[in-house]
Amino acid sequence: MLTKEASGLVVAAERVPERRATRPRALRRVLPYVEGATLVVALIVPAVLSERTDLITLATNVLILSLLAISFDLCWGLSGIMSFGQALFFGVAGYAIALVGRDLEFSELWGTLPLAMLVGLLLAGLFAAFLLLGRKPPTTIFVALGTLTGAYAAERLVSGWQYVGAGNGLSSVKLLKLGSYEFVEGTAFYFLALALLILIYAGARFLKQSQLGLVLAGMRQNEERLAFFGYRVQLFKAVVFSLAGLVAGLGGALYSYHQGFIGPGNMGPGLSTTAVLYSLLGGSGTLIGPIFGAITVEVLSYVLSDIDAIKPIWPVILGLVPLGVVMFQPKGILGLFVSDRERIGSYGRRRRDG
Amino acid sequence: MALLEIRGVSKTFRTLKALDGVDIDVQAGTFHGLIGPNGSGKSTLLKAIAGAHFADSGTVVFDGHDITRATPYERARAGLSLKFQITAVLPELSVYDNVLLAMQSTESLPRLLLSLSRRALDAEVTGLLERFRLIDRADDLAGELSHGQQQWLEIAMALALRPKLLLLDEPTGGMSPEERHVTGKLLEPIKAHCALIIVEHDLHFIRDICDRLTVLDQGKVLDQGDVEAIQRSPKVQQVFTTRV
Repeated sequence: MLTKEASGLVVAAERVPERRATRPRALRRVLPYVEGATLVVALIVPAVLSERTDLITLATNVLILSLLAISFDLCWGLSGIMSFGQALFFGVAGYAIALVGRDLEFSELWGTLPLAMLVGLLLAGLFAAFLLLGRKPPTTIFVALGTLTGAYAAERLVSGWQYVGAGNGLSSVKLLKLGSYEFVEGTAFYFLALALLILIYAGARFLKQSQLGLVLAGMRQNEERLAFFGYRVQLFKAVVFSLAGLVAGLGGALYSYHQGFIGPGNMGPGLSTTAVLYSLLGGSGTLIGPIFGAITVEVLSYVLSDIDAIKPIWPVILGLVPLGVVMFQPKGILGLFVSDRERIGSYGRRRRDG
Repeated sequence: MALLEIRGVSKTFRTLKALDGVDIDVQAGTFHGLIGPNGSGKSTLLKAIAGAHFADSGTVVFDGHDITRATPYERARAGLSLKFQITAVLPELSVYDNVLLAMQSTESLPRLLLSLSRRALDAEVTGLLERFRLIDRADDLAGELSHGQQQWLEIAMALALRPKLLLLDEPTGGMSPEERHVTGKLLEPIKAHCALIIVEHDLHFIRDICDRLTVLDQGKVLDQGDVEAIQRSPKVQQVFTTRV
């Protein structure tokens, strides 16, 4: 040990080896493996399930809803914006492409999917401007209620609007086309949805790991502190919220094409809450976690609703599962494997020689 | 013209007059100490300068701009940096990332998204961590640092903003005498490019590093001048002998 009259320099330096000796830092990164394994499974699913078209449809549906899950994770998991209206952007984009198909007879992939993303982006941007960009920073509750109200109002509005099919929604949505090829339910649609999901996932992952992701990580811990650094915190939130709207919009369009139907229920608080559920169940802030959540919820509801004995009570069971997870494992399924450190992220260079 | 000109700043909390017509000038390149008994308005004044709250009346002019009603974000952009009294490092980010986060705050949003400055800033972040003796802890979480080290990290982060004026609210609070001594040494070199306003209870510390002192008492300026003059001021001696 060094003497007590040592200068502060020595005192400071002395602590370091002690800590290092007692607590060697294990930095196991788990997420890349989870992501890789998920990708492999996603690629072989169609081959395994080739006999069961109903399951291919289910799997495609899960991929599409995963976009909604990512959209919500961008808001809550990455930026700390509690949105209870993510389905609004999903649904409005779904309606938009259904109407373009019906009234303009246009359903080309290169035109309608970007349109849906633009609709989601602009609508979310509008909400962000209203909810986030005031002079005073809004509270989480204000934003949650604002988005919830938006989704609820939109659901009620389309339910009574004849032009968009009122309560029946829009059925017989024109098939998505690429030139002369038409995407019907099945393997081709599955791979289209998978490709788009991978693109969006890669984009979200890039964002999370960028210097912008560092700002978001700081914001989640102490918004006020970041304002004193000179960050326009609300602007950052507004931008990410708008991008989340874009992702939801893409999901809504694919949903509409895949189901051949879009209705008021696809834009209301019900589906919005389901998106929250995906994220909390799977593990918010990890991006892949919410996809796990989407898979779990959708597969579970598919299986449970098919068993006669529990048919009447399956929604209750479906509700209890996430309730249990949130109570006993608040970091979600992935929280079991992924450390806080990895979930939150590291942005600077690591020096192992230090 | 002074870097910071405070004229007639008052602030009232309900019935308590925390600041009452305070006038202070801070010149570029000087270390300016704010002292006074508890409740004399030191922290309130610092917060009015940093923008944590607004003054009820009076003006704060910084570097030629009236910032009396500017938001914290606008003040930070103008070159003001604040180290909070209670340490506000981001505990779940690494020490390195805390400094990087402060340093990259002038970057535009698209540049941040594309991570264009991550490499360019590495040398500066590393240099700052070396100066503040935190380089060995760069990969540890900020929340794992000792209290004194967190205070240093705070100062490093405040300096990472490349401010023209740094506001330090009790930087040596909770530090050991050795750590206080080191803190003084760490602050010395910044004088070349940055002025300092420092609120501190440790009069020895403040006497050692400051050029000028302002003594506040009950929200008013009791006296100001260079350190020698203040030490001899009978008014100040009376306050400090009777009420501290």
